[in-house]
Amino acid sequence: MASICFYFQVHQPYRIKKYRIFDVGHDHEYFNDRSDRDINNEKILHKVAGKCYLPTNKLMLELLEKHPEFKIAYSFSGVFLDQLEEFSPETLISFQKLVKTGRVEILDETYYHSLSFLYSKDEFVRQVELHRAKVKKLFGVTPKVFRNTELIYNNELAKYVEEMGYKAILAEGADHLLGWRSPNFVYKSPGTTSIKTLLKNYKLSDDIAFRFSSKSWEEWPLTSEKFTQWVNNVNGNGNVVNLFMDYETFGEHQWEDTGIFDFMRALPGEILKHPDNEFLTPSEVADKYEAVGEFDAHNYVSWADVERDLSAWLSNTMQHEAINNIYALEADVFATGDVKIIEDWRKLQTSDHFYYMCTKWFSDGDVHKYFNPYDTPYEAFIAYNNVIHDLRLRIEEKKNKRVESKKLSVAKKKTTPAKKAVVKVAKTVSAPKKKVAVKKHSVTKK
Amino acid sequence: MFGWEFPPHNSGGLGMACYGLTKSLSRSEVSVTFVLPKKLGGLEHDFMKIVFANIRNIKFRSVTSLIHPYITSELYDEYLLKTPENEIYGLNLFDEVRRYGLQARVIAAEEEHDVIHAHDWLSFRAGMEAKRISGKPLIVHVHATEFDRTAGHPNQYIYEEERRGLHAADCIIAVSQHTKNVIVEHYGIAPEAIMVVHNGIDHKDYRHELPAALSNIRAQGKKIVLFVGRITIQKGPDYFIKVAKRVLEYDPNVLFIISGSGDMEHQIIRLASDMGLGDKIVFAGFVRGDELLKLYRAADLYVMPSISEPFGLTALEALANGTPILVSKQSGVSEVLTHALKSDFWDVDDMADKIINVVGSNALRDTLGELGAKDVEHVTWESAAGKCTQIYEDIINRAD
Repeated sequence: MASICFYFQVHQPYRIKKYRIFDVGHDHEYFNDRSDRDINNEKILHKVAGKCYLPTNKLMLELLEKHPEFKIAYSFSGVFLDQLEEFSPETLISFQKLVKTGRVEILDETYYHSLSFLYSKDEFVRQVELHRAKVKKLFGVTPKVFRNTELIYNNELAKYVEEMGYKAILAEGADHLLGWRSPNFVYKSPGTTSIKTLLKNYKLSDDIAFRFSSKSWEEWPLTSEKFTQWVNNVNGNGNVVNLFMDYETFGEHQWEDTGIFDFMRALPGEILKHPDNEFLTPSEVADKYEAVGEFDAHNYVSWADVERDLSAWLSNTMQHEAINNIYALEADVFATGDVKIIEDWRKLQTSDHFYYMCTKWFSDGDVHKYFNPYDTPYEAFIAYNNVIHDLRLRIEEKKNKRVESKKLSVAKKKTTPAKKAVVKVAKTVSAPKKKVAVKKHSVTKK
Repeated sequence: MFGWEFPPHNSGGLGMACYGLTKSLSRSEVSVTFVLPKKLGGLEHDFMKIVFANIRNIKFRSVTSLIHPYITSELYDEYLLKTPENEIYGLNLFDEVRRYGLQARVIAAEEEHDVIHAHDWLSFRAGMEAKRISGKPLIVHVHATEFDRTAGHPNQYIYEEERRGLHAADCIIAVSQHTKNVIVEHYGIAPEAIMVVHNGIDHKDYRHELPAALSNIRAQGKKIVLFVGRITIQKGPDYFIKVAKRVLEYDPNVLFIISGSGDMEHQIIRLASDMGLGDKIVFAGFVRGDELLKLYRAADLYVMPSISEPFGLTALEALANGTPILVSKQSGVSEVLTHALKSDFWDVDDMADKIINVVGSNALRDTLGELGAKDVEHVTWESAAGKCTQIYEDIINRAD
């Protein structure tokens, strides 16, 4: 029996515009580039919606209608959903239509596609909660399976997420952790009781996501028959084939003229020709299969680059300085009680900002350069750094105002009993901590 | 090869380039007869004999002449007045260039050679005269054009000399794509006739330990931003002053150092004091050797705001010393480096933004410095000499 589990990541960050030091103190709109550059978020969203989201959603709906056995799963970042609401409601509607079929599962992740688990567990929990609420509001469902930003994963995370109530978590089927074992089974993390770890079959996933149009690849051109043959080979020595990839694979990373849509259109029918094959969503996989062994990730793994580690976001000193700066502001940000400040702070946590500062492969001009809207990692860092200066000023300003108003209210103590409005805002913003019962662990951070 | 003075007697990048290229060529299978103008005294000639004492396949011929790179008509007249009565030179600079060219005929007749390689306009005529005698292919090597030196206001005579040399050449070598574009645009040359050979650097010259300079200034927590180059319109020293002003509005804790001399020196010093930056900008004069290395190393950032920079060797020198660079996009060096900050020379705000961030963030400064130093490792004279050798072979084969 081979269960095929398709999961698509859908995400777009709020890219920072060209923000100069001279804008600090005057301009608090960090993400509103209107130029022709690839930092214009609205422009990018329209472009990708036209090339990928709309045509691929149409195709998926067609496949779901044609094959009652077909199932897929998505994870949308919260910032992606926000941008759909703002720039492309029709794309949102087309996703909602897919979910309404009942055969499309949605997973949870951090709202801001952030690395918060590494830097602030409290903020991590808050962002997951925000995400869950957003999914409930837009799609009417509550996710049961979790995937962390860029499949960043370790044992600690699995345990943490288990206690937040999820039944499964996704991870990269990294060779250095699997060893001789196959990703085509369900695993568990050491120290957990019920949560299942679903591992990406990176070979078969990347055949579609990365190699599909590569003419230097010996298997090019990839047909649905050939791919199905590889899937069928799993029969007898595996339970599940997890095909995890960016949704933008369809039409954006692999352009329409590569034949990617025709490939996908034919694939479910081809796979279902084999009577032992079926499609499952991640939560169905977790329900159906028991864990066959432990997947022991002491160190973080991710699905990025050949290293499958954190180096895409956290390898040079600029990246470390930038991310330390943003998380150092956490307490001050919440103390302002200012919704806009909190939201900007969170948008600045999105992992893409740090990815753009990566110098690892910059000279070779490969995939990092392709996915970088800034000319250099240095420009990305400078814009980010300037924005942090401005954010600090805004926080400082709020603080001073609060001190002043406090003095004022102390002076007029007897006239009015306090400023209700301010107190209220502060509550709604910093409260969610306790909603989810999270036990404090003594797990040490890496 | 018709070349120019070598360090330590050089006044700019052309001498460095001739030296670096010749040194690397002489280590390969190429024999070089190096012809250079000999100014009063002939010190340079002796120096080169010492430098190349152990290398057999290089030979020097000198021609007594008053010309040197970056010379102007006025400067030539000044020299001429100081020469002894019994020595014969041209009536003016242009006459002298012609006289120098005629003497090249003698050398071309006496010295066996397969190709003629001439560096920059002052030697183009010599190259052409040599070709007339020997009939060997002429390669002209463009390190700078009159358009670069004058920021777009060429002297007509010099422009004509350059144009004549470029059209007479069998092959043109440009030190960058930037320079190639200038030649195509302003001199009516087809792009196919021009090969790009980027300059390099001899890394050994920059690795030795030196005592730290300016440590008292650094100890005060001050950041140092450095300009090195001739103080002429081409190098954009006025933009450097404007940028300094903009930076200091945001961060008064930065010291700007200008090292070099040139015809705009007094004007720039005045501009700095007019803008109230007298104590924030230091003029260090023309600095060379270890003193210059110490200056590079003391700086947090090297800035090259050139209006039109055919290459920009100083940027490589800064990186070789581990100092990050901000260079104008209108430069050849920006083509060979990725780990560098780049701005348009006229975009004062953009340069100021970058400078403020570098002096404000150790992470940015260190990453740029570290990766920049690695980046520059592959930019060598060996590689430039290798490309030149290939060009020699191709052109000789073509002639056969």
